[in-house]
Amino acid sequence: MAQWWSYRPADLLLFSPRVYWRMFELQNAQMWPLALLTLSAGFAMVFLVIWRPKDHGRWIAIILALLWAIVGYSFVWNRYATINWAMAYVAPMFALQSILLLIVGIASDGLVFTQRGFAGWSGLVLIASALLLYPVLPVFSGTPWRQMQLFGMAPDPTAIGTLGLLVLARGRYLALLFPIPVLWCFITGLTLSAMGSGQAWLALAAVAVVLTTGVRLALLRRSPPNTG
Amino acid sequence: MRIGRRMFLEGALIAGAGVISPSLTTAQPSKPLARQIPSSREAIAAVGLGSWITFNVGDDTALMDECAQVMAAFFAAGGHMIDCSPMYGSSQPVIGYGLEKLGHPKSLFSADKVWTSSGASGPEQIERSRRYWGVPRFDLVQVHNLLSWEAHLKTLIDMRTAGQVRYIGVTTSDGRRHDLLEQIMRTQPLDFVQLSYNVVDREPEQRLLPLAAERGIAVIVNRPFQQGRLIRRLARDDVPEWAAEIGASTWAQFILKYIVSHPAVTVAIPATTSVDHVRENVDAARGVMPDPAMRTRMVSYVQDL
Repeated sequence: MAQWWSYRPADLLLFSPRVYWRMFELQNAQMWPLALLTLSAGFAMVFLVIWRPKDHGRWIAIILALLWAIVGYSFVWNRYATINWAMAYVAPMFALQSILLLIVGIASDGLVFTQRGFAGWSGLVLIASALLLYPVLPVFSGTPWRQMQLFGMAPDPTAIGTLGLLVLARGRYLALLFPIPVLWCFITGLTLSAMGSGQAWLALAAVAVVLTTGVRLALLRRSPPNTG
Repeated sequence: MRIGRRMFLEGALIAGAGVISPSLTTAQPSKPLARQIPSSREAIAAVGLGSWITFNVGDDTALMDECAQVMAAFFAAGGHMIDCSPMYGSSQPVIGYGLEKLGHPKSLFSADKVWTSSGASGPEQIERSRRYWGVPRFDLVQVHNLLSWEAHLKTLIDMRTAGQVRYIGVTTSDGRRHDLLEQIMRTQPLDFVQLSYNVVDREPEQRLLPLAAERGIAVIVNRPFQQGRLIRRLARDDVPEWAAEIGASTWAQFILKYIVSHPAVTVAIPATTSVDHVRENVDAARGVMPDPAMRTRMVSYVQDL
């Protein structure tokens, strides 16, 4: 691309905000009532984290894998890629994330949800944003309720909710599960920013929360134990 | 560079004075201003229809129908050229949907582009685009933003020779790569070039528009409203009362009349999702066009805002 530095993000936007928000309306209408089920699955995973029944880590990984497959195929590939050709290259990443969740989640030591303290609060904030804040964003943006973004149906709350759950988890291969949701948050943050939508900050803030939590956990591990 | 009265009249002759000169002085309520394509003398309405962003609505049937209504209003108003590109997401199938719905209007002038870094993939992409439109052949195929232009231009020249496309060209946008565009215009057998030009982005007046007139190349002007930014900026102020002398009642018409009154400009292709706006845009090509003195006044007024 010649003189690429002269392009602004808005110059690369292929669609109008109206068409972008209409995608969620069509997705909700077409996937109803599955949307209720995916949202319920989000709350179910929160209960699994709190109560930690046997094999809860595997169940959470399987549910997340299913949701990434559903969002990747029904939204990113079938819908978003029709107005943004770049999404044809992004949709396979959703499939890859789904596979990674299955592999890491079902591995012998899989995912264990034992994080507390700062990481625990960070995870809960991200999960609450995904499950509770995203559905009511139309109140703040003035868009129709029909265009609400639901966890497990729309990519942004799905990625942010996944990051929230991952922040709460421990596991040998846990780090493999972060790059794709973080990358998606960057992509959607830039896209929404180019559209002039304040929602861009939600996705970028989610990345900031994850990075801050990761750095804090790394520093804690390096600190010598307080021997008094 | 100012357009002197002599250049204005000479340019008008080159660009098809036989078609446009009545419109310079008298109102033509029935037909919009038409310009001639220099390489063929074929007349074409001076305001066309772009599809960048506006027609990229995916498979949303409600929005596809709205696009078809815009196309219907465009043809009803006397418009000819619709411009698209493989880069514009779903715009090509959406145009095809609209054309099918409208019974493939005979007045259509189909303009599309080839946009791939691989020269070998060009013919396949052009064929895929043609199927999306549902037309027997494109009237015009252009090399999008000069991407792999040497390979694609060779393909297009062969296609034109074989009668698979009527006209060929190259495009740029937002003032980029004008030096290369000038070099191509000087050396290649082009029918059309496409570039961005309006009352504030007037750099093409320096070299490219005079060169197009000299070389007999038709000029398509894209992004006449800077994707709406220019209209939003100007809308803080009222259209000057004296714009009524040229029949411009809105900023969109003010800008379009400035563009299409340049003698080297053949077609401006504003994009819109609104039936009212497409009528307003085509109406800008009716009635009195600004003369050089009026064009200077228009530039000064906008600069002072």
